[in-house]
Amino acid sequence: MASLGPTFGRGAMTNHWNDLANSDCVFIVGANPAENHPISFKHVTAALEKGAKLIVADPRFTRSAAKADMYVRLRPGSDIALFNCLSNYVIDNNLYHKDYVVAYTNASFLVKPGFGFQDGLFSGFDPAKKTYDFSTWDYETDAQGNPLTDPTLQHPRCVFQLLKQQLSIYTPELTESATGVPKEQIVALAQLYGATGQPGKAGTIMYAMGATQHSTGVQIIRSYSILQLLLGNMGIPGGGINALRGESNVQGSTDMALLFHVVPGYMAIPNAANHPTLKDYLEKETPKASFWVNKPKFFVSLLKAWWMDAATPENNFAYDYLPKIGKGYEGGGYSWIPMMQSMYNGDIKGLIAWGMNPAVGSSNLNHTYAALANLDWLAVFDLWETETSVFWKRPGANPKEIKTEVFLFPAADALEKEGSISNSGRWIQWRYQAAKAHGDAKSDLWFVNRLALELKKLYKEDPKAVCPQPIGHLAWNYGDDPDVHLVAKEINGFTVADKKQVPNFLALKDDGSTACGNWIYSGFYPGPEKKDNKAAARDKKDPSGLGLYPGWAFSWPVNRRIIYNRCSMDAQGQPWNPAKALVRWDAAAGKWIRNDVPDFKWIDPATKTEVPPDGSVKAAYLMLPEGRARLFIPKGLTREGPFPVHYEALECPFINPVYPKQQSNPVVKIWKSKLDQYAEICDPRYPYIATTFRVTEHWQTGALTRNLSWQAQLFPEMFVEISPKLAKDKGIKPGDWVKVSSARGSVLARAQVTNRVQAFRAGLPGMENTVEMVALPWHFGFAGLVTGGPDKNQNYAANQLSPAVGDANTMIPEYKAFLVNLERA
Amino acid sequence: MSITRRSFLKGLGGGLASAGLAEAIWQSPSWAYQVPAAKIKDATVTTSICPYCGVGCGLIAHSSNGRLINVEGDPDHPINQGSLCSKGQAVFQIVNNDRRLKKVMYRAPGSDRWEEKPVDWALQTLAQRIKATRDAHFIEKSPEGVTVNRTEAIASIGGAALNNEECYLISKLMRALGIVYLEHQARL
Repeated sequence: MASLGPTFGRGAMTNHWNDLANSDCVFIVGANPAENHPISFKHVTAALEKGAKLIVADPRFTRSAAKADMYVRLRPGSDIALFNCLSNYVIDNNLYHKDYVVAYTNASFLVKPGFGFQDGLFSGFDPAKKTYDFSTWDYETDAQGNPLTDPTLQHPRCVFQLLKQQLSIYTPELTESATGVPKEQIVALAQLYGATGQPGKAGTIMYAMGATQHSTGVQIIRSYSILQLLLGNMGIPGGGINALRGESNVQGSTDMALLFHVVPGYMAIPNAANHPTLKDYLEKETPKASFWVNKPKFFVSLLKAWWMDAATPENNFAYDYLPKIGKGYEGGGYSWIPMMQSMYNGDIKGLIAWGMNPAVGSSNLNHTYAALANLDWLAVFDLWETETSVFWKRPGANPKEIKTEVFLFPAADALEKEGSISNSGRWIQWRYQAAKAHGDAKSDLWFVNRLALELKKLYKEDPKAVCPQPIGHLAWNYGDDPDVHLVAKEINGFTVADKKQVPNFLALKDDGSTACGNWIYSGFYPGPEKKDNKAAARDKKDPSGLGLYPGWAFSWPVNRRIIYNRCSMDAQGQPWNPAKALVRWDAAAGKWIRNDVPDFKWIDPATKTEVPPDGSVKAAYLMLPEGRARLFIPKGLTREGPFPVHYEALECPFINPVYPKQQSNPVVKIWKSKLDQYAEICDPRYPYIATTFRVTEHWQTGALTRNLSWQAQLFPEMFVEISPKLAKDKGIKPGDWVKVSSARGSVLARAQVTNRVQAFRAGLPGMENTVEMVALPWHFGFAGLVTGGPDKNQNYAANQLSPAVGDANTMIPEYKAFLVNLERA
Repeated sequence: MSITRRSFLKGLGGGLASAGLAEAIWQSPSWAYQVPAAKIKDATVTTSICPYCGVGCGLIAHSSNGRLINVEGDPDHPINQGSLCSKGQAVFQIVNNDRRLKKVMYRAPGSDRWEEKPVDWALQTLAQRIKATRDAHFIEKSPEGVTVNRTEAIASIGGAALNNEECYLISKLMRALGIVYLEHQARL
């Protein structure tokens, strides 16, 4: 999200599952859909049956890899080196889609003269503070502030030339030293995937947590995005950059802003330094160009939805009722890792967990347990006893010493309640209630509703309550037994005066006359009746034959199935691939032929006349002020640089082969509590690379599978994948219990001796050495029907090993590459 | 949607019915005594979406008097077209499972065991804890005098397994309380 947003304008999967079948070449990297998104592979298979090629790059030979035309055994954390090399190759060999690059990316924009890069660092680095001054990371502009451009792409300071220069170091030879992939294979890969650069051909990239869970995660996805832009693979059917979401509604929960830095609809949470007043917020957060010029309408409508009658023009629509963030814990913000640090230090007193199990899923679990024990109170809403709710009786803990008061509420399952859910491809789909919940179990909707009503009562009754207005005035009228349709209708938005549902977000106003809980969902419930609920739509027709299914569910925004679809056509509005036209300009009729909802200005809302293609060619990426996708990211929107650079994982057995003077991400934050221990570079105590993964039969922290006898029987035990060579060297036989240790903890696992994992040969050119890798699933723990092993006094959670070091932008922890040792137990 | 079995079968399309197979299976007297009544006979049919990964596969659930008796892949659903993975096929066991919590469980500080509690007591007590913690650790102004109205002493996590409407209300309530440590699975 933090990578796709600044690059394209929206942080979401660009295409959708059925669309995979339209691809000519599917490139899976940092994901294993055959095992972890199994049904998505149905559509990959459909593409292969039509002659598409499949490439899989992964440290492990997965079941996805087993179906591939080309399998690339990629060292964990070396994606940027590989993708920069591929981009370098497609530029050098003219495989890129030049018309696309000129028209739809910022390749032609000139960058300020002071911008530069040397020895692994961009201009403006402050080594003492480990931060960058971003002032040179920007476009050169004319007197009016418009970026200067060179559409010939020849100017030495245009983005294209700077990118070319940036990538030139990534030769196949050096890239082999960085990634462990033979240079001959790298060239063959570049030719195979580079073929999708032909106009009319489509290549798609599918990625998941194998990409994000690195200290360089955002830049890894940047390196994929740059390749996709160079090949003209964005905005087209069968193309895109597709983030495979791992939880059923992680797209929706992100859209609803259960993240510290945003409010619903991807608008920033106000911060004290920049946004003291609503006027400051709107001025600083509303760009001069792009669709976001409408932000004040969306933001004011959100304030109205939350505080309704108490949100008036006189009090700036209750702007001060929203919290404003400061700098966060030790200046690290309020995201996951700083949150756990703050909890560990006793600053966070109370924690509410809604169906989340950090006692298995958080990184550096021994730190997590200490943090939970420092809470005054903990409230968990879940289907069963999870490790988080019983952390106080985990193996090795003494409950008497743990003072945390714990409430565990019995939650209803998805089939026991009604509501909508958004899949990875942005389809909002409706769920009906099928069964009654057990005993006192209730939906989370019911619990949050009752909690809000109780809090309102407490604040009303207490004359000494601190700042009671945001709670007392909160618009909260969903009934004692809350009506989910009322909530859905509020999310869609309505006019305040007559409570009429708005048709979509174009009807929202910034004067307080409309209320809308989440503008990007506006249009999904545009009328008052249940029949108006488009999330429940079940029209199976696919008129275009492209798998768009426009009458099935509702795809945000405005039921658009493939975003950025202006780029599926040339400047004249003619599809690059006429056989797969999403939208097409009929010049004779002066009309757009629309199979999908256009993602560009195709109609003038005032005159209702259709806008010819030249009216949108400069704003094909309409959520960005440049109107073009960003090969170069200006202004420090990605903190470690405008271009991706290969840095090593924080724990790594190799010196960075590309930039030996800059080992790891220069702006990464290292936490220094006594439980945050790290291996040294090439640490002899921890000589093996470890990575983590998931299996088909279990899900995430295992709470929703380890309690099912069918799933528990399929995969009852914790295991570690070890190469035959390492097993032989260590005297380990298949099925032996082994102890895997890192600088932070250890875990027992059965040895799975398999060729799926092998050693990697990498390092400084000419000084490469071979290092073994082991791989662990992280579904196991110490609660549930099965825990991962026979010993009730053991904790089988793999994340006792992983470090709490996060990406510099997102703070997503580095679960995918760290150092361990292992011995027979 | 609450479809009766009849309209649901009609919705399956003409293939089965027009071939006369449906009649042969369910109405022929010569079969009737041999075939036990299908457990989904007379069941209420509803649709849902699988709770596991982000693909969003369609489910059909059969229930009777609020009790789930069958779940399977929705053949009409464009994404999964009736199929489900190993986890999706086990959704039945999430609902029908003795390990599911039926009561609020409470663990007092320093205790080594759970106690069962009434829902009302637990929600009222939790609301009191939230209020006490918030009010004791509420920051109304920044050092520069900007109104910030936040608390850094309470965190709310999770939501990726919930419905949109639930996530939305959590977002709304937590922000109204001034909570800034608001995080969930998307960060991990």
